[in-house]
Formats: sequence, structure tokens, C-alpha cells
Amino acid sequence: MSETLYDKLMSAHMVHDQDGASLIYIDRQLIHEVTSPQAFEGLALAGRKIWRNESNLAVPDHNVPTTERSSGVSSITDPISRLQVETLDKNCETFEINEIQMNDIRQGIVHVIGPEQGATLPGMSIVCGDSHTTTHGALGALAFGIGTSEVEHVLATGCLWQNKAKNMKIEINGPLANNVSSKDVALYIIGKIGTAGGTGFAIEFCGSTIQSMSIEGRMTLCNMSIEAGAKVGIVAVDDKTISYVKGRPFSPKGKYWDLAVEYWKTLHSDPDSNFDESILIDANLINPQVTWGTSPEMVVDINGSTPDPQLEKDEVKAESIRNALKYIHLEPNTSMSSVAIDKVFIGSCTNSRIEDLRIAASVAKGKKIANNIKLALVVPGSGLVKKQAEDEGLDKIFKDAGFEWREPGCSMCLAMNADKLEVGERCASTSNRNFEGRQGQGSFTHLVSPAIAAASAIAGHFSGVKL
Amino acid sequence: MKKFTSLSSIATPLDRANIDTDAIIPKQFLKSIKKSGFGPNLFDEWRYLDHGEPGMDNSKRPINPDFILNNPKYSEAQILLTRRNFGCGSSREHAPWALEDFGFRAIIAPSFADIFYNNCFKNGILPVVLSNEIVDELFEYTGKIVISLDDQSVTTDEHSFRFDVDPERKRRLINGLDDIGLTLQHEDQIRLFETEHFKKHPWL
Repeated sequence: MSETLYDKLMSAHMVHDQDGASLIYIDRQLIHEVTSPQAFEGLALAGRKIWRNESNLAVPDHNVPTTERSSGVSSITDPISRLQVETLDKNCETFEINEIQMNDIRQGIVHVIGPEQGATLPGMSIVCGDSHTTTHGALGALAFGIGTSEVEHVLATGCLWQNKAKNMKIEINGPLANNVSSKDVALYIIGKIGTAGGTGFAIEFCGSTIQSMSIEGRMTLCNMSIEAGAKVGIVAVDDKTISYVKGRPFSPKGKYWDLAVEYWKTLHSDPDSNFDESILIDANLINPQVTWGTSPEMVVDINGSTPDPQLEKDEVKAESIRNALKYIHLEPNTSMSSVAIDKVFIGSCTNSRIEDLRIAASVAKGKKIANNIKLALVVPGSGLVKKQAEDEGLDKIFKDAGFEWREPGCSMCLAMNADKLEVGERCASTSNRNFEGRQGQGSFTHLVSPAIAAASAIAGHFSGVKL
Repeated sequence: MKKFTSLSSIATPLDRANIDTDAIIPKQFLKSIKKSGFGPNLFDEWRYLDHGEPGMDNSKRPINPDFILNNPKYSEAQILLTRRNFGCGSSREHAPWALEDFGFRAIIAPSFADIFYNNCFKNGILPVVLSNEIVDELFEYTGKIVISLDDQSVTTDEHSFRFDVDPERKRRLINGLDDIGLTLQHEDQIRLFETEHFKKHPWL
């Protein structure tokens, strides 16, 4: 029987099926400090043990400072943030879970370090108490975000109950124009199908555009599939996937490597497999994107304008447009390139990998950020990304252009640490959510690619890359 | 887990689509390592006129009189009525913890985001999906609503509407069953699967 990749991965992990609810085995759980303390507390209260310690890998990322932190956890000035990171350290010690601690060079954003360490492998089932776990689907893994009760459930049982999602195929063909990246592809798709367009679906991305895309680019795309509401975003394994995985610390070695590769090569949808929904996209139509509102679906081309609610026939949508424009202090029909910005953030689990930093640096090279930019931050996704960027001299390019070069973490994507926007500040951000208050109460977030973030920092307003 | 069987209450109408979990409980409150006490900060940025931080005395903060949750008419409401794609965004279970702590036991909307929908069942909250037309009608209705999980029905003075729910989720919520305990009844089966799985994929 022909199967989609998602169906194959679900079958490969099926322990038990009960009235359509499947108990699936979890190969890897990634853990961070924000969504795990209550799970560990639950285990302790019930006197339960960890099902399989080595399935778990923990790292603090949300609360960590991105400024000088050589004194370790004590350099976190906010006592509540510090307690959360200390609690993770303590829980990992008590429950004997492998943790990459804050000042380890391998530390970074959980969705960056998983693939980087080879802790994310093709064919694995991977969960994390974080919605952007969809990122790991880029390597042909079954990966999705869960709540804290489920984190506890996986810790205690090694398994999770799942209702099977429907299959959606998004096929993208053709070359991407210069300065159009996978972030633009992701925002373009969300603009087309909406933030609930993928709800109830496992999305498989395919087509010649995806085949040409780097693994980093695929991670950005799969990362954003949760912003379309999808359960998972997934890409079939190909030679690029296998080359990416090879030689990483947790990757299989020797005879296991050959066995693994043989299996991984089967991780694609069968040619005549059935998708509940299919969408075809012409890559030639995709321009650099910028969000104008308070949801990732509120997006236009960088040369576009804010919408006019009077032209929207659906009253609920018109009201959403009015609310968003009011919150974000923009008038209808405003050209995005006329909108000045205060801050720039290059980072997050969406866009903080080496390729993202290379692209942003190539745009910023030899230029200066505009006078009206109060702060332009570059936050690498991990200590190893930071080191590689420094080896390539990218840090110097950024610093010469007026950007700040920081330590790795989630940073201003959700502002749980000290990196945040003040009331009324407008930011060009390479992160994934532009919800009200996401980067600081009363602040305005506009989602863009690393190239557009860098170009906008130079211009002082939203801008395409000047070729 | 807390049980849910039936409920009779008026509904607080929160007329907005795509409400995300950042709005339900802003990130600064996620620094808590506890499961309780999130209710006073539910919809914090909409409910109060100042900026909220953990540890503040919320009873002394200026409230936003225009926000529906601050309307005394709805102070006893246990049902939240809202629009499509409620609970989108972050997977934070702090969102249902805050809703439950505030006093909501059921949420009615035309659709929910997946992770949030799932998280509700783990915390004794029933998310009810009804069509846009029925939700429109409920927004016009101000009386008591009776929700029965057993009958899968939402009943007003005028009409009764049926809703769908996965049978296994329904069973667990009605009986307040412990998910982990139930799964561990399959312990032998999980061990057996694991042995075979690692034999097939020895690199794991």
C-alpha cells in the first residue's frame, strides 16, 4: 500500500491503537527550562521514574541572557528567570538527564542544537514542550510541539497518545529569486492559507524549490509550519539530509551509519500516495515578505502596502484588520517601505543558523545601520554557530556596521530575558510571531527574512535588498 | 485530572478571532515553576491598563473597564465564547492553567489550534467546536447555557446543538482519569515494542 512519509513515520512508531487514538513511541524528547519544571514536579509527586533517560536532552534557552555571562547562571539578574534555569539544572541532575548547560559552547536554542548535535535524526519521533518543534521535520523526522502534561507523560512512559493528522502536500517548483529565502516562502504560504490553514494536517513540503533548498532553509520552512497551524512540517530525506547528519556528535557511526542510511533512504512519500489536500506554488511568484499586522498571515510583499478593511467583505476579517492596524499604529494603504523602524532582531529558532547569519552579513558588509535605529541585535542560535560565524569574520562585519553581537538564546523572539522592545517601538524581526506584545508590551513586530532585516537596518525603514 | 461532566453557566463573549496563547498568558508569567496562580494574569495585557509582572499585587492594578472579562455581569461565567482558531501560537500549557484558575471550565469556538485543544483536556477544560452560524447565534444569546459532555450537547433556552468529541478523550475527561496511569497499563507492550524498535534501528 502506498503511504505518505507522515503515515510511514506514524506506523514505524505505533505501539498500540485504540479507537483511532494511537500510542506512539517517542525516540527523542528535547527539554528546556520554561515548559518542564511542572512536568518534573508531577513525576516527583507521583513517585514516577524516567522511562528512558538517554531519550532526553535538555538545554536552557528562553531565559538566558545574551550579554556577558561568564559567571554562569548567577549572571541572570532576574531572580525568577534564574530560578527557572537553576530548576532545570537541578531536575536534570536528579533525574539523570543529559543537559547542555548555559555556558557550554554547545548551548543554544533547543531547535538549533538538536540538529546541530545530531540529536535530531531522520526517521525519529521527536517532541518538545515548544510549538516550534516542527523545525526538526526538515530532516525527515516526525516532530511536533506538546504541552507540559505531555512532557511529563513522555518522561514517564516514553510514549504519547496521538490522533492521526490528515496529509497535506505543498509542492513548490521553480528557482527562488535572489534575496528570496525560505522565510519568504514560509510567510508567503501562511499569507495564502492562513494561520489555521494547516490545522489538523501534517504538511509535507516538496518540489524542485525544496530539493534545491539547504537543510537550514528547510528548517526555517518547517519551523514556520506551526504558524500555519500544522501538526508537523516535513521534508523527505535526500542526499543533502544525509550529508548534513554525517559526523555529528549523536549521529550513528561505523556499521550503524550504513544501516541508518539504508533506512533513511526509504523516508519519502510513495509516488502514488494519497494526500487529503494538495497545494501547488510557483516559486517565481514569491517576493521578499514583511508582515504588517499582528498575525503571521497578515503579510505582504516588501513593496506592498497595509490593507484597507473597507475592502474586506468578511466582517470578522475586516474587524481583525482594523484591530491589527490600530494596535500596530499604521493606517490602511500605507506603503511598507515608508514605515520607519526602531530596532532590528536577527535570531530565533527560525533564523539564527549559520546560513542566516551569512546572508545578513553579506547585506550589511561595508555599510552602517541608519541613525534612527536604536538597537540592531544579532543573536546566533548556538555557541557553535557563534564560533563558526566568528571564524568566518561575520561578527566583525556586523559590529563594523553597528550591530550588537550577542551570546546564543531565544532572546527577543519572545522577550523572556532582558532583550525586549519598549512600548511603541517598532522592530524588523527574523523571528516567527508578531502577536500583540510578543516582543514586549505595546511593541510592534514585523516578521522578515535575515536579508530584509539587515537591509532595513541599513535603510532605517522596511527595505528590499539593494542590488 | 479534574472531571468534566456537565456545566450550566452564562458565557463571557470574547468577540475576536485568532486569539493566541501569548495574549491568553503573556510570557513574563511563564517564568513560574508552579502550575497554579495564573488566573489573575489571564489576558493580562487586555485586562489591565499597566504593565504586569510576576509578583505584583493584581488587586491594586488599574483595570481596563472596556475589556469584557472586567464586566461584573460575567464575573460568575464558567464558559468562554469566542471566535475561530482560539489558542494559536505557543504550546504553553500555562494558557489552559490560567483559564482554569480564572474559573473557565468550557470554551466554545468555531475552531481551536491543535496543541491548545489537546492541552485543555489535560486540565479538565472542555473545548467545544460549533459551526460559525451557531457561534454567531450564541453571541446574540445572553441566558444560561447548559453543556453536557455525556450527551455532547450545548443547550440554550431556545435550541440544543450537538458537538463532536473524540470518544477516548471524552471517557477520560468524564471520569477524570490519569493519562500516565492508563498508559502504564500498556507497559509490557511498550517494552516489547521498544526491543523490536531498537533491533530494527540499532543506532537509536
